[in-house]
Amino acid sequence: MYQFDYHRPTSLDEAAQILSQDDEASLLAGGQTLLPTMKQRLAAPSQLVDLSGIAELKGVREDSGQIIVGAMTPHDTVANDKTVQAKIPGLAHLAGEIGDPQVRNRGTIGGSLANNDPASDYPGAVLGLGATVRTNKREIPADDFFLGLFETALDEGELIKEVAFPVPKKSAYAKFHNPASRYAIVGAFVASTEQGVRVAITGAGPCVFRVPEMEQALNSNWSADAIKDIKVAADDFNTDLHASADYRAHLVTVMAKRAVQAAG
Amino acid sequence: MPTVTMTVNGQQVSRDVDPRTLLVDFIRNELHLTGTHVGCDTSQCGACVVHVDGTSQKACTMLAMQADGCEVATIEGLAKNGELHPMQAAFKEHHGLQCGFCTPGMVMSAVDLVQRNPDPDEHEVREWLEGNICRCTGYHNIVKAIQHAAKEMRG
Repeated sequence: MYQFDYHRPTSLDEAAQILSQDDEASLLAGGQTLLPTMKQRLAAPSQLVDLSGIAELKGVREDSGQIIVGAMTPHDTVANDKTVQAKIPGLAHLAGEIGDPQVRNRGTIGGSLANNDPASDYPGAVLGLGATVRTNKREIPADDFFLGLFETALDEGELIKEVAFPVPKKSAYAKFHNPASRYAIVGAFVASTEQGVRVAITGAGPCVFRVPEMEQALNSNWSADAIKDIKVAADDFNTDLHASADYRAHLVTVMAKRAVQAAG
Repeated sequence: MPTVTMTVNGQQVSRDVDPRTLLVDFIRNELHLTGTHVGCDTSQCGACVVHVDGTSQKACTMLAMQADGCEVATIEGLAKNGELHPMQAAFKEHHGLQCGFCTPGMVMSAVDLVQRNPDPDEHEVREWLEGNICRCTGYHNIVKAIQHAAKEMRG
């Protein structure tokens, strides 16, 4: 690791202030991606701003019919939260499928979303449920948050406070995981909401995306059969040693069908 | 250099550290508690698993500074008054180790599992061990040991 200064502020304002004074400063959430990246010297922040001292960023609560998850809430807490399990089982299931138990004890939803790794799970739930990302400056709808490969709508000095998930009629997540890393080769999150069906795919392309053809088909007929012939183009999909772009495109249909079946 | 203070196996410790110091290096090099191992150093293998505020975490993917003010438990803190913890005793009894390198991480991880799930079935144990790699045993006796320890711990 390259040298850095370490801070653990106790308020959002204090954290934002350190960030605003130094372009090279970086936020530290659970550190399950950032620390390995720094160890490989692929990231060299001048200062690390550890958010674990800000109590208001942690925890799950219900507010005005929505489930609010604080940015520093570990995956394990979301996976085992009774309210999340009862209201949005697809979200609890997704959180419990991330990495391994030790990663889930430490990794956070805010860190995952801010990083926007193409193979990460949480972007699937946030886009699939049409959640809202609340920052220290504004509210960003999921449809506007994920911009591209490791790219989000977050501005310099902007940090995620919490995520507001509307409660769907039903939802599920189905993931074809990399057996070594547990990252998603392809993950499909489907949700039937008051405003209609949403289908979000993670792992396949450079960034999480929706599949409007599947959403339309499921709006008129909520069944795995309704989407069995809907294929997505593999044009900009990821190819690596784990799977080719064409195979990922094939998996999109397979995993979306499994998610619909799981949602019931 | 900043000062880090934490409680390790019930004793408060305080040291000046380079902020880059990983928790596992702090435990091994500063406190000389070498039961916690560095295997892959990339959060895959689980040889470095310790408990931080009661849950199992990978000490190679955490800065010592992040544990400031926390309660840390390592493998050295499990045995009480010279008597092995039931999980340690079960690993010995059921031959849940061969070379022993992964064992401290396995045991710490398994204790966390049994604390939250007092009666895990074989599938649950195997799922839980996702983050702990053993290259000797084929896991069979580890799973057996954990289930026996769970029974012992239920009393």
